[in-house]
Amino acid sequence: MNAWIERQRGLIDFTVANLARRKGRNLGLFLAYALLVFLLASVVLFGDGLRREARLLLADAPELVVQRLTAGRHDLAPEAWLEQLRGLRGVGAVSGRLWGYHFDPTVAANLTVQVPAIDPPPPGRVLLGAALARARGLAAGDVLSLRDHAGKPYAFTVGGMLDARSELVSADLMLVNEADFRAFFGIEPGRYTDLTLAVANPREVRKVAEKVLARLPAARVLTREETRRTYEAVFNWRQGLLLTFLATVLAAFALLAWDKASGLSAEERREIGILKAVGWDTGDVLKMKLWEGALLSITAFLAGYVLAWLHVFYWGAPLFAPVLKGWSVLYPSFALAPRVDLEQLATLAFLTVLPYVAATVVPVWRAATLDPDEVIRE
Amino acid sequence: MIELLAVSKVYNAGQPNEFSAVRAVDLVIEPGRVTALSGPSGSGKTTLLSLIGGLTRPSAGRVRLNGRDISALSERFLTELRRASFGFVFQQFQLIRGLSVLENVMLPALPTGRPHRLTRARALDLLAHLGLAARADTRAQWLSGGEAQRVAIARALINDPGVIIADEPTSHLDSALSRQILAILGELRGQGRTLILSSHDPLVFESGLVERIVEVRDGRVVGAESEKEKMKDGA
Repeated sequence: MNAWIERQRGLIDFTVANLARRKGRNLGLFLAYALLVFLLASVVLFGDGLRREARLLLADAPELVVQRLTAGRHDLAPEAWLEQLRGLRGVGAVSGRLWGYHFDPTVAANLTVQVPAIDPPPPGRVLLGAALARARGLAAGDVLSLRDHAGKPYAFTVGGMLDARSELVSADLMLVNEADFRAFFGIEPGRYTDLTLAVANPREVRKVAEKVLARLPAARVLTREETRRTYEAVFNWRQGLLLTFLATVLAAFALLAWDKASGLSAEERREIGILKAVGWDTGDVLKMKLWEGALLSITAFLAGYVLAWLHVFYWGAPLFAPVLKGWSVLYPSFALAPRVDLEQLATLAFLTVLPYVAATVVPVWRAATLDPDEVIRE
Repeated sequence: MIELLAVSKVYNAGQPNEFSAVRAVDLVIEPGRVTALSGPSGSGKTTLLSLIGGLTRPSAGRVRLNGRDISALSERFLTELRRASFGFVFQQFQLIRGLSVLENVMLPALPTGRPHRLTRARALDLLAHLGLAARADTRAQWLSGGEAQRVAIARALINDPGVIIADEPTSHLDSALSRQILAILGELRGQGRTLILSSHDPLVFESGLVERIVEVRDGRVVGAESEKEKMKDGA
């Protein structure tokens, strides 16, 4: 056992000395490697972070949302539908929601205006998303004046800001009470943007949706699962775009690594020959090169991953945020909950460390299996 | 005792550039003596040394070390045997650039699993003995020819082998340095080691070090009677 440890120690000592004597080349490789891991890990960490946030937000969403369609377009749902839905078996609470969009020319963005189901603000008051408040330069007590559906000024007093933890969807959100909402958009009482249904048994959701459609043929029913999948699809698509771009970077790196590693220089081949001639066997040479590849790639991988982690969770991912999270003109600025996913870490390591080590070892193996005198003679 | 039985070595077999470096050589090298292979460049001396030291396998024939056929050994066993039994001093020194003198000397001992501090201490002893103590931390590429050759000798001795194989040990040295190296090799002979050299340097043959000369030409040991025995006094 001691001999084995001494042997590994000897190999590692040599490996470190070997890395140190090609400082420039190895430093360049380390930086390129760490940069690649940084880019790749940033996209993956950020995309996963967003998906997780969206899942958390949707956890509180209703099981079913019923919308009215007129000529295939979303229309306001009549109050009478509430009664019709309450009679369905398996359906718990049924309520109407009021929400809509308002284009604010001052910040050149669409605002989401909504009446909260619980604790709506008092008449004339509004609760604002943090990004909107920042863009408008508003604080609690200030007056927010907007043009209503008829083009007349409509003044709200800012009652407060929304919790920053939900900024992913609340950045451009305005919460008002029902009377203000109807007056601002000109929606008569007894009509809702859509209706929400609570279903006690999750396994009955699909069945209840079918019953709703049978009873209200003009309705469109959205399940929470479908909404979640839509979010995922959007994030996946955006992440896919970036990953496609990064795939080319990865390919370029792979080529560089292959070129560097596979094209053993005459000097390196000669050195392998010397090692073999003085008593190293093929296995020793391979182990030494494995240590070399592993030391370089693992340290570069860890450096890249830690930088990506800081970039995403502490610096707000300034490099990718506009592509990955912006679906409106207002980009919400928010911090994702820091997290390390071991499976994801292993996948990234598999994608970056293994190809490099393989690219390094294969040509060395080819050189190391030759008779030492052949290598020295060349 | 090292025996070569009908040993041949063909490089690039079956290819247009195929050539026979050694042809059907029979040779016995006795232990504890200094044997020199002499002959012109390209005569096959270096290949013969490689075959004797297990650096390459014969294309035909057998190499025996103390009665054991080493040409049939697996790479692992052959390497272990080479590491333990042979020390090599190459024509071009073959030190690794960028590594220090000490690191170069320790190289053959790293795979043995011997405690690092013992290997280091032995390497420093050898360097001190060869007058290189002050150069232990110097990079190999900054050494003079004589220093590089002495480092190569220290490296060959690190595993304390019984046989030292030196390929043209004086070919890159001036006369004074050549004599210095020959004196060191003489000292090794005095320690009871077997020395096998290749050379066409008259200085080597005039030095009195060589006890037996084997003439090689065109890959063959030339004529049975031409294997000159040059016995040293008392040898």
